[in-house]
Amino acid sequence: MITLTDINKTYYTEATSLHVLKGIDLHIAKGEYVSIMGASGSGKSTLLNILGILDNYDTGEYLLNNKLIKNLSEKQAAAYRNELIGFVFQSFNLINFKNALENVALPLYYRNISRKKRNIIAMEYLDRMGLKDWALHLPSEMSGGQKQRVAIARAIISEPKILLADEPTGALDSKTTVDVMKVFKELNDSGLTTIVVTHEKSVADETHKIIHIKDGLIENIENRR
Amino acid sequence: MNNSDKISNNKLGFIKNLGIFDLDRWEEIWITITHNKSRSILTAFGVFWGMFMLVAMVGAGVALQRGMNSQIEGFATNSCFVWADRTSLPYNGLKKGRGWDMLNEDIPVILNKVPEVQYLAPVLFGGGGTNNVTRNDLAGTFNVKGNYPSYNMIDASKMVYGRYINDVDIAEKRKVCIIGERVYEVLFPTKENPVGKQIKVNGIYFQIVGVGRHTSSVNIGGDEQETVVLPFSTMQQAFNQGNVVHFLAVTAQPGVKVKDLEEKIRTVLKERHNISPDDKSAVGGMNIEDQFTMFLYLGIGIASLIWVVGLGTLFAGGIGISNIMLVTVRERTKEIGIRRALGATPRNIITQILSESIVLTLLAGIAGLVFGVGLLYLVGVGLSQSDQFFKDPQISFGVAIASLFILLVIGTLAGFLPANRALSIKPIEAIREE
Ligand SMILES: Nc1ncnc2c1ncn2[C@@H]1O[C@H](COP(=O)(O)OP(=O)(O)O)[C@@H](O)[C@H]1O
Ligand SMILES: [Mg+2]
Repeated sequence: MITLTDINKTYYTEATSLHVLKGIDLHIAKGEYVSIMGASGSGKSTLLNILGILDNYDTGEYLLNNKLIKNLSEKQAAAYRNELIGFVFQSFNLINFKNALENVALPLYYRNISRKKRNIIAMEYLDRMGLKDWALHLPSEMSGGQKQRVAIARAIISEPKILLADEPTGALDSKTTVDVMKVFKELNDSGLTTIVVTHEKSVADETHKIIHIKDGLIENIENRR
Repeated sequence: MNNSDKISNNKLGFIKNLGIFDLDRWEEIWITITHNKSRSILTAFGVFWGMFMLVAMVGAGVALQRGMNSQIEGFATNSCFVWADRTSLPYNGLKKGRGWDMLNEDIPVILNKVPEVQYLAPVLFGGGGTNNVTRNDLAGTFNVKGNYPSYNMIDASKMVYGRYINDVDIAEKRKVCIIGERVYEVLFPTKENPVGKQIKVNGIYFQIVGVGRHTSSVNIGGDEQETVVLPFSTMQQAFNQGNVVHFLAVTAQPGVKVKDLEEKIRTVLKERHNISPDDKSAVGGMNIEDQFTMFLYLGIGIASLIWVVGLGTLFAGGIGISNIMLVTVRERTKEIGIRRALGATPRNIITQILSESIVLTLLAGIAGLVFGVGLLYLVGVGLSQSDQFFKDPQISFGVAIASLFILLVIGTLAGFLPANRALSIKPIEAIREE
């Protein structure tokens, strides 16, 4: 599903440059449930953004679903994001003037699916997240846990090949964290390849494989079963 | 659960890609616009105001023009007037300062020698002293004029009752008359139909055959509304004025310069009356075309000024839209980044911003148009009939359509910069968690 070979990434600012990823080699098979851990600033988000085709890498090779993800045109990148990837963020990144249903349905809009059809599908996904009654509410009217479940519904509505989550429980209390992790587990159980970045041990413990990153390199991979 | 068949390739997708017919896209834009009402209103206000001003000013310009036109309405603008004055040069042994008269016999010669004449109307003026016009015990002081039927082709009166002088009146020297509206008011306070009634003009009875309402504000030989018009021939005979003609009103054939016509008539008259060809003042004349041309240029000047200022205001509104959208695009960095992360292509983003700009511009413009037209309507209703210089403020349908088209252009142009800015937003920068 995912193969990274010697991935390097350096951030350049006016005066300085920061070599964040220093040769990442990684293979993640279909259906795996993986977490990425590491100190703050170790490059976890950078790695996940590259996996999500939100950012470019400098050297190396990234194969996703047998497609080489390198030097894509903006149009091609957009298509891959829409078809292959579901992304969940720490701060939810819902569009604040759209209600839950409209937020969830948005990826299907960019797939040219009619409004009626995508609203029906979005409703099914909201229902799956237990949020049917919240369909017409704005994000500002919902709790953190609810928002994150809306975001998850939006991430999976286009039936992606991989689900990426960057500190999805970072803004949630411990009880809500448990609820959200249950959703991830169910999704993975149904076959979805899932990668979660976290610095919470309890969250990582839910996953089947923990990848520890340190100083831009994979320090070790911890198999949990 | 598997819904891949539900979301499988949409066979009609290619139609959606055509963009403009994509109802769904307009809905998406509509949501963005209506869910951010105050932002949209703020953005669009400039164009609303610009359109409102444009409509108001164009309407006012039209009203001014109509007001000016109404001053000369019914008056042939291709006309000139000629009369006898004192000579200013000695000629053929005759001293300068000599008085002379135009005569009936001059008329056929002019018609013969000056084919550029369209209508020619000899006029005779007559005074009469205080209360010269009476009916039973009612009396008034009015001008008296002798006219040919052709005079009504040059300076038209609308007949309120009856008819104008006709050829039979002239030929038979009938004792009939046309009275101006003011004369009618004084002599017929009960407002009955005066046709067939007798009045006394300078001591002689005439039968009324019509009442005329003067349409233009141009007056020759006194206010036409306060004038009794007799058949030219009747007047010459009844008041012993021999074969003298006081005044010629003439219009030119289409395409003929009125100035040239006037000059030709003068030349004929000078030849026939022993006047030096170089005498500039022996034949008095006036040329309405000059006045009219001035009116015309004034009107064009005002109209162009209005359009320049109005379009300027409208463009300023467009620049306002562009500016505010630039700011809002920056504020919407996150939204746009999210859209990109969910699979929006650069083209999706461009069409979104451009469409928003066009929709906002058009809506604001139409609102401005409607309010402007409403204002013009109210002003039009409020203006009293007597307002001469400002009449019926309105804009034409064509102007409305043209301005909507201009709006479309402005909206598109205004959207370009913001769309470009939006395009430069990279998803990763937009949604980076700090
Ligand atoms: N756009 C950027 N420009 C410059 N430096 C960056 C940029 N993004 C991240 N960094 C730096 O790269 C390092 C890794 O960042 P990140 O991948 O976000 O770490 P993590 O998610 O593991 O906390 C940090 O030191 C961060 O400050
Ligand atoms: Mg991070």
